[in-house]
Amino acid sequence: MAETLRHAWRLARKDLLIEFRSRTAILSAAVFTVLVLMVFNFGRDPTAVAAVDLAPSILWVTFTFAAMLALNRAFQLELENQALDGLLLAPVSRASLYLGKLLANLIFVAVVETLGLPLFALFFNVAVLPFVAPLAAVIALASVGFVAVGTLFSAMTARTRFAELLLPVLLLPFMIPPLIWAVLATAALLAGRPLSEVAGWLRLLGAYDIVFVALALVLFPATVSE
Amino acid sequence: MLLADGLRHAFGAVRALDDVSFTLLPGQTLAVFGPNGAGKTTLLKVLAGLIRPQVGHARIEGGRRAVGWIGHQPQLYGQLTVRENLRFWAALYDVPGGEGRRREGALLSRLGLEAHGDRLVRALSRGLVQRAAIARALIHDPRVLLLDEPFTGLDRMAAEEFRRLLAEQGADGRVTVLVTHNVEEGTELATDVAFMRAGRFVRLEPRAGRGVDRIAAAYREAIAGG
Repeated sequence: MAETLRHAWRLARKDLLIEFRSRTAILSAAVFTVLVLMVFNFGRDPTAVAAVDLAPSILWVTFTFAAMLALNRAFQLELENQALDGLLLAPVSRASLYLGKLLANLIFVAVVETLGLPLFALFFNVAVLPFVAPLAAVIALASVGFVAVGTLFSAMTARTRFAELLLPVLLLPFMIPPLIWAVLATAALLAGRPLSEVAGWLRLLGAYDIVFVALALVLFPATVSE
Repeated sequence: MLLADGLRHAFGAVRALDDVSFTLLPGQTLAVFGPNGAGKTTLLKVLAGLIRPQVGHARIEGGRRAVGWIGHQPQLYGQLTVRENLRFWAALYDVPGGEGRRREGALLSRLGLEAHGDRLVRALSRGLVQRAAIARALIHDPRVLLLDEPFTGLDRMAAEEFRRLLAEQGADGRVTVLVTHNVEEGTELATDVAFMRAGRFVRLEPRAGRGVDRIAAAYREAIAGG
């Protein structure tokens, strides 16, 4: 187990170093986040719909599509110079490969979300500070779920001709449950509902994470074998 | 030791491997010659475990950790420097830090890459990338080398140096399988030669001191008559 995690961290660190150096996906995701929040902010009529009613959906649409940029890139990186063959040949378990990619994608998505949350609070005039801890828990649990599934599908689609088109088509149906729960939990928090009302959504998100990370670990080796 | 026993594999109707069997003991170098599409790369991928054969099995003493691979692509990350690439691959093979640095320095020096160690791989010429790929393949001191057209892109001096390096590896008890369509490239290194056509070993025999001309004549005869 320690070896699996050590290799996973080395893979994730490599991916993050490459992303830090090229900044292609992170810049795209950051610009996308700013633009979407800005467009939604100026596009809505504040007298017709209260910000608090609209904000949770907008927050999660933004995070979802920004994350897609990272997921699309995760395995494309390994196709360059057939590095994936080298990884498959190395004495590294497939679980390490998957967990390494998952970890790198999660860090990437977390950076985008950390940037997006203050902007969201600013544009929609929502005070997130009083409930920042439970909101962070909702964001973290939902992100683990859809990034876990997204990392698996990214491996599946990377070698196809229309990977960037295929990934969202495959992934979005699987993202519906965690997205609905995350939107409902965020809406409850923004409305100032007690934490006990959110606990159920958090449990569902946690269960989704456990099931889909486990499933992805089982299915991942089949997606990368020739 | 390397064992291939009754390997068969097909891609659809195309038979890539057809009952290929051989055994190599420490110090042996098998040069596999064959025209394009003969199944040479598939053979190496099956030996390396990248493709599971439909029939038969391959075994390498020491498993994946013992294998060094040079393929058509360098399996290097363009956004990382040569040193960063070598350190990443050394870490995946659990080469201890000090030992990894020593091997890294020795390989960079031996392959004429000292001045290019801190350059991004994507900024290197084709020949320098191939040298870096050789360093990557040897960084974990593998006991078995699987080489697919390894001289591609190397200039005459680099190719000579690489031949000397491979000869030393053979003298040190390494097992090498070298596949190429160019008889001139592999003959001098080989202890054994095989001629491959349509997935079959048409001939497999000791080189028995024969030079390039005689091996080339035997190759033409075997492939034409195959």
